[in-house]
Amino acid sequence: MDIYLLEAIINGILLGGVLALLALGLNLIFGVVDVVWISYADIVMCGMYGIYFLYAQYNLPLPLACLIAILGSACLGVLVHKLIISPVLDSPPLNQLLATGGLLFFLQSFATLLFGTDFRNIGVRLPVLEFATMYVSFARLIAFGVALVGAFALYFFLKKTYTGTAIRAIAQDREIVGLMGIDQRRVYLVVSAIGGALAGLAACLLALQYDVHPFIGNTFGPVIFMICVLGGLGNMLGGFFASFIISLIIAIGGYYSSTELSYVFAFSFFIVLMFIRPRGLFTP
Amino acid sequence: MLSLASVSAGYGSFQALFGVSLDVARGEAVGVIGPNGAGKTTLMRVISGMLPMNEGSMTIEGQAIGGLPAHHIIERGIAHVPENRRLFPRLTVEENLRVGAYIPTARARFAEQLDWVYSLFPRLKDRRAQAAGTMSGGEQQMCAIGRALMSKPKVLLMDEPSAGLAPLVVQQVFDLVGKIRAEGLTVLIVEQNVQQVLEVVDRAYLLEVGAIKLTGTAAELKDNSFIRESYLGL
Repeated sequence: MDIYLLEAIINGILLGGVLALLALGLNLIFGVVDVVWISYADIVMCGMYGIYFLYAQYNLPLPLACLIAILGSACLGVLVHKLIISPVLDSPPLNQLLATGGLLFFLQSFATLLFGTDFRNIGVRLPVLEFATMYVSFARLIAFGVALVGAFALYFFLKKTYTGTAIRAIAQDREIVGLMGIDQRRVYLVVSAIGGALAGLAACLLALQYDVHPFIGNTFGPVIFMICVLGGLGNMLGGFFASFIISLIIAIGGYYSSTELSYVFAFSFFIVLMFIRPRGLFTP
Repeated sequence: MLSLASVSAGYGSFQALFGVSLDVARGEAVGVIGPNGAGKTTLMRVISGMLPMNEGSMTIEGQAIGGLPAHHIIERGIAHVPENRRLFPRLTVEENLRVGAYIPTARARFAEQLDWVYSLFPRLKDRRAQAAGTMSGGEQQMCAIGRALMSKPKVLLMDEPSAGLAPLVVQQVFDLVGKIRAEGLTVLIVEQNVQQVLEVVDRAYLLEVGAIKLTGTAAELKDNSFIRESYLGL
């Protein structure tokens, strides 16, 4: 096989890890709270700004800056739920979309107002690894590894703890869980905090690879939605695998043509599949 | 043990219960019978806090519980096996039981309760790793009852446990009621299957159009000419 193609495939898989993390967060929130956070990628943007200021401006150690960014994003998730989602929980889905869509414009404009439209880089230069004449960015490798650890941590939380089991139960029958002593509103807050924390973790990993600017969310926000719908909205495992399918299409498409065209391939694949499997690739 | 006094409730402008009063003593099994749409399920939903009541009062062991949300009612010792079982279909049997033990007091003795439920329903132990939605109706009913028992309730509410089950399985489900009573639990059971439920309860109430029309011991109701004509077809 062509060594450059192999390199593209490896980079595609590595990119898929971070996308999978974000798809998990979005699917978790949708599956439990039943609201799609249109502005999810902009929580990531806030987290990236957090890391930039804490690490590059205030010179905190990087791990500490990341930890604060993750906790801050979790708090932001709770705030978003309390201020924006919770008042429209019983509204028609369109109103919920408009509310979270409005938050997207609010966050982007607010970031522009505060920080301007400059591209800012946290200035961490990680080496590029070379083996067998292939080049793999160390930042991507770390991002992939940490994203997988995050995904497995979430899996064990959902599988092994009472709260995690309750979260899965709510996603299957939200009306009945009160009978088992589960307070829905509390679980919604927990889920929003976890969703925010996952966005914060993704922010840490993306800050190593990308410059932060107010519209960074737009570059991967639509891709995450596509992944979630492709995997079946609310289907966490489906979203996880769909992340790798999409990132591979983008990477391999980019190898054969250009990066811009590779997104055209990915979205075309998505549109065609929506005709064949409108409920998602992994929905039986 | 459980006592309702002139409870009224409904959905929006539709009133489903009109001043229902009812008492269940400790260790007793009490039935609520009546036709479709009489308000039996509504009554269950009001007791377990799924539906707020509009008027009246409700107490357990003398403590007022009217107006509490469902997740607080269960902490007072009332567990509800809902109509149509309502298991979490993609969770395993054991995960369903774990959700049943969500409240703090139940978590603390999860292992002990699990052993107890498995000893009551050995079939559930065989199926513990299976997705609950893939089991037969009778097994699902066992799992639904087991899930409610995991919280170690004082009172067990059962809403139409025989609904949608084959006749042979219906008999098994009513046998379960006997088993549960033998464990010292208080049971309030709603049923359309009048003949069979009167075999397992001590007393029963007849609910018609949201109000209690008749009450008496199971033996009295079996001999009542109105019940015999309208519900037993004799």
